[in-house]
Amino acid sequence: MSVRTSIVWDYAPAPEATDHVRLRDSYGLFVGGEFRDPVDGRREPTINPATEEPLAEVAWAGPKDLEAAIEAARAAQPAWAALPGRERAKYLFRVARLIQERARELAVVESLDGGKPLRESRDVDIPLAAAHFFHYAGWADKLRYGVAGREVEPMGVVGQIVPWNFPLLMAAWKLAPALACGNAAILKPAETTPLTALLLAEICQEAELPAGVVAIVPGDGATGATLVRAPGIDKIAFTGSTGVGRDIQTALAGRDVGLTLELGGKSANIVFEDAALDQAVEGIVNGIFFNQGHVCCAGSRLLIQESVADQVVAKLWRRMGNLRVGDPLDKNTDVGAINSAEQLARIEALVAAGEEEGAVRRTVACDVPERGYWFAPTLFTDVSPAHRIAVEEIFGPVVSVLTFRTQAEAIEKANNSRYGLAAGIWTDKGAKAFEVAAALQAGVVWQNTYNHFDPTAAFGGYKESGFGREGGPAGLRPYLREKGA
Amino acid sequence: MTRLSVRKTYKLWIGGAFVRSESGRYDHALGRDGAHVANLPRASRKDVRDAVAAARKAFGPWAARTAYNRGQILYRAAEALESRAAELAARSVSRDEVDAAIDVLLHYAGWTDKIHPVLGGVNPVAAPFLSFSVPEPTGIVGVVAPDEPELLGLIAEVAPALAAGNVVVAILSEKWPLGGLDLGEVLGVSDVPGGVVNLLSGRRGELAQALGAHRDLNAILDAAGDAELSAELDRLGAETIKRVRHGRPAATYDEAVADSLSRLEAVTELKTAWHPVGA
Repeated sequence: MSVRTSIVWDYAPAPEATDHVRLRDSYGLFVGGEFRDPVDGRREPTINPATEEPLAEVAWAGPKDLEAAIEAARAAQPAWAALPGRERAKYLFRVARLIQERARELAVVESLDGGKPLRESRDVDIPLAAAHFFHYAGWADKLRYGVAGREVEPMGVVGQIVPWNFPLLMAAWKLAPALACGNAAILKPAETTPLTALLLAEICQEAELPAGVVAIVPGDGATGATLVRAPGIDKIAFTGSTGVGRDIQTALAGRDVGLTLELGGKSANIVFEDAALDQAVEGIVNGIFFNQGHVCCAGSRLLIQESVADQVVAKLWRRMGNLRVGDPLDKNTDVGAINSAEQLARIEALVAAGEEEGAVRRTVACDVPERGYWFAPTLFTDVSPAHRIAVEEIFGPVVSVLTFRTQAEAIEKANNSRYGLAAGIWTDKGAKAFEVAAALQAGVVWQNTYNHFDPTAAFGGYKESGFGREGGPAGLRPYLREKGA
Repeated sequence: MTRLSVRKTYKLWIGGAFVRSESGRYDHALGRDGAHVANLPRASRKDVRDAVAAARKAFGPWAARTAYNRGQILYRAAEALESRAAELAARSVSRDEVDAAIDVLLHYAGWTDKIHPVLGGVNPVAAPFLSFSVPEPTGIVGVVAPDEPELLGLIAEVAPALAAGNVVVAILSEKWPLGGLDLGEVLGVSDVPGGVVNLLSGRRGELAQALGAHRDLNAILDAAGDAELSAELDRLGAETIKRVRHGRPAATYDEAVADSLSRLEAVTELKTAWHPVGA
């Protein structure tokens, strides 16, 4: 009789090649169709969060730089808006095509600069960014079909501030509808992830987009705050934290400036006892560990029906043990690097608070590289609805498990949040899924799936998760004003 | 020594293949000056049936593609047409017409993923049900192209049908068929799958009759501008309740897109689904 010994099956490293990536040593501000040296800004390195090595030096815009960008945008906008829609469409189609052509390069740079697994930047971020440009290109000459009979005109010059979790994709969500509607746009990428936006600036040049129609002005919160308050801006679109969103709304009080906010979340992912549990576990993993949990709509509050709670937690824990944490450029990596030291500290502080408040923590034991910012997938059980880890957005690979007995209790617990961005429902009963979906205060509800995005599907939040929608015809409206209103 | 040119043999485009008419018949294609330019196949009733069979085979997979993918493919077709624009303009069609045709393709490429929000929607029914209406392609669309403009007038009918997810059997301009046959070669090197578009040259009266009478055809877009033929297509269509739309030939870009939603609607079904909400 042979004795079967256990064999450790491991993956060989499968790093993505980087030799096709052409990064400059230093990037200027993209203003008036060209890269310029900052006038009163400065240059800062952008680093790879997986190695802490600098990737390039990037100009941050100062107030005078923003003034110049706004001036160039104001000069360019009337002619851009006066173009027939089909001609604006052609520029956006070109941008979509160029993103597709440079997709692999963009994916690698996205993973280098932001720490997300290459599998995600390659399969999700970059293709979706191209798809957004393609979708809104098609709207440029069909606006009248997307605005329910209203007479509309572009807002003018719009300021757009995007976060570091989906740098190029968020830039696409912002720029594509704004440009399709005839606006000029000034985009501020996040301080830790400016590189793909700067490659997008190169793409705007390759597409021969008229100078001034798009400006890319990297910087930190101070740059964003200046942009928000700058004269000559007709609308602000912001994606980021609820705290900063509140500051922006306050700053714009009493001013005739349009505003849309896509803010934080503490989304409930609800698993009913009649769900296909293995499928649900995959969905839970995708919901919270996708992009290291740096996702505003992450399913960070896992609500499990009591009768199956132990079973689901056991399956989830087993599944979490198979997640591969490490080099974002490795094609087998599931969970990459935390985006910045600052974010890592925030995650660590909230996790510590969870332990202090009495929740039970389990963190996957795995080797992580010595340098860089890492946080292993973590699960909290025995969480009470009042715990900070059940209330506050962690924005990391940390899931808090709560339980419920009845459907009514699930709905009540899910809605017991100041946020209302997204929710997940896992059940094999369609009638129940739709009933629960109707009762949830959330802008997006996924049934038996999670974290799906599409340019045709509106995305945005209820309550303190913000207002305004991106995607589909609803995404046009924030970039248009009703004539005579 | 002057080089002797290699002349082109014009063929029908059926099921993704360039074929001669099964009948072996041919017609003379004349230039605008009345001189003989080429021979071209005169398609038969059997060629119409072959084209419909090829279209039926292609319909399922084409309709099953995502709207995004169909949009990409139509965009690619516009790219391919742009790259051949000078050549088409040199032979048969004016450059302005080719340019307009490219832009019409682009316009409808942008429609593929917008038909649903514009024509479909959720119905606020007075009962605990989620009821929604979804546009779906009608199926095989027969196109009777106008004599002029031969290319733009054809694309103005074909593009919306494709954008909505249909497949097409088109009878080309009888008077100026070369632009249409050239289009087949353009689409043949784009990503349009074989059988999604089928192009037949020949005598319009004969072919339109066969097409209109075909029981597996779902809709007819008639842009020939021939009142007698229109009435005949109406009568033939009634046999299997075909959707029949008559329109003037689109002579400009604006004419091809001003009523784009109506063009899409003409080859679209609306499916309403009901799903219980709650117990």
